[in-house]
Amino acid sequence: MGEILDGLGAAAVLVFTLDPYLVEISLRSLAVTLSAVLVASLIGLPLGAWLAVRDFCGRRAVVIVLNGLMGLPPVVVGLFVYLLLSRSGPLGVLGLLFTPWAMILAQVFILLPLIASIGLQVMGDLWEEYAEMLTSLDATPTQQMGTLLWEGRHGLLTAALAGFGRGIGEVGAIMIVGGNIDHATRVLTTAITLETSRGNFALALGLGLVLIALALTVTAAMHLIARNRGTHP
Amino acid sequence: MSRRAGSRGLLPLELRAAQAERAGKRVAGPVDLVIAGRGLTCVIGPNGAGKTSLLKMLHGLLPLSAGELRWQGAPEGLRARQGFVFQTPVMLRRSVLENLAYPLRLHGLGRTAARARAAHWLERVGLAALGEHPARGLSGGERQKLALARALVREPELLLLDEPCANLDGAATHAIEEILQAARREGTRIVMTTHDLGQARRLADEVLFVVHGKIHESGPAGRFFEAPRTGEARAFLNGEIVR
Repeated sequence: MGEILDGLGAAAVLVFTLDPYLVEISLRSLAVTLSAVLVASLIGLPLGAWLAVRDFCGRRAVVIVLNGLMGLPPVVVGLFVYLLLSRSGPLGVLGLLFTPWAMILAQVFILLPLIASIGLQVMGDLWEEYAEMLTSLDATPTQQMGTLLWEGRHGLLTAALAGFGRGIGEVGAIMIVGGNIDHATRVLTTAITLETSRGNFALALGLGLVLIALALTVTAAMHLIARNRGTHP
Repeated sequence: MSRRAGSRGLLPLELRAAQAERAGKRVAGPVDLVIAGRGLTCVIGPNGAGKTSLLKMLHGLLPLSAGELRWQGAPEGLRARQGFVFQTPVMLRRSVLENLAYPLRLHGLGRTAARARAAHWLERVGLAALGEHPARGLSGGERQKLALARALVREPELLLLDEPCANLDGAATHAIEEILQAARREGTRIVMTTHDLGQARRLADEVLFVVHGKIHESGPAGRFFEAPRTGEARAFLNGEIVR
């Protein structure tokens, strides 16, 4: 109980003094995860829309694989991206290993199946409702996908938020490809791991509380933005 | 399906020995039908007779398992020159005005022009005051008016309607019929299904009586209602159950 109270105290001190260490790793956490969510959404949501409107041989298998990949172990992704970006790997020449770019890439691999699968679920339901109407109005497949993406925007925001929730709390992959380097690739989750291993439980708990607060704040902010856009239910 | 190139219009639209199946079971046909000229055709028949399937075959929404659908003009012009109103209209999660502008935007009209034309049609169907309201918040009658306006906004040559007044009250039905009469006067060819014989008597120039997915009897409405030729049609008009 004492450590929890100490953790709350440490969190309060870090937040109210705007501790530079906390601010730096919090901003890096946000930048890495929001970038990964953005990239994964830009790929995953159109992919979900495409799978919703197209019927082709093997579609069911693709959907099953996509759903299965939602549970992709982050450490395996981290290892894969590490091998991809390591000096002897196919993308080693880019020199991205142990940079935030590598962390973003790893998170994109983790978030893409999640965002695409939730997006497919949302737009698949919409497609059942809209298919005949859109076909009747002679919408092209691209227009059909665009319509589903727009009409499903509230549900798709949930997909992006689920991706953000998974990304901001992720530690395995970014530890492997980022290396937890101070002032370079350290983020909230890797800092928590480090402080725990050092026995600084209060600080680790404080960072954990800040992480939770950050996740809740971003989620609430995105919901508020969506609501204030004045879209019709 | 096959099409003939040639004149710019869609009509005549023909079904030749056309059949359609769902899950291996025949739902309509074989049907031979020509939709041409002007006027309003009512498709009537008992529940489950295949009226909606016939309409969807004409619209290309229900693929033919046998026979063919032929029309004039460009191969891709079938649905572009038709409007379709579903029995339960689907509204986009947008305003009333945006729902109406949507088909115009799909076909390349700019936002301002599309909204202007949509606003004109909202006036015509009496929904101008609701332009900025969410379409999914409309009443049943208002939704059906909006669906009708959405089908008419691209000025189709052929308008297909599936039970457009089902579950509507008298006032809403009257309003829909007024819009249909106006469209007919302006030269839109109309084919609609209805279970309401009174409505068929009020509106139809021609009647198609459908039983078991086939056109059992067809002809001018006056003659059909005064002197039906088949026993099934007589029984149906007498309010008996036709099996």
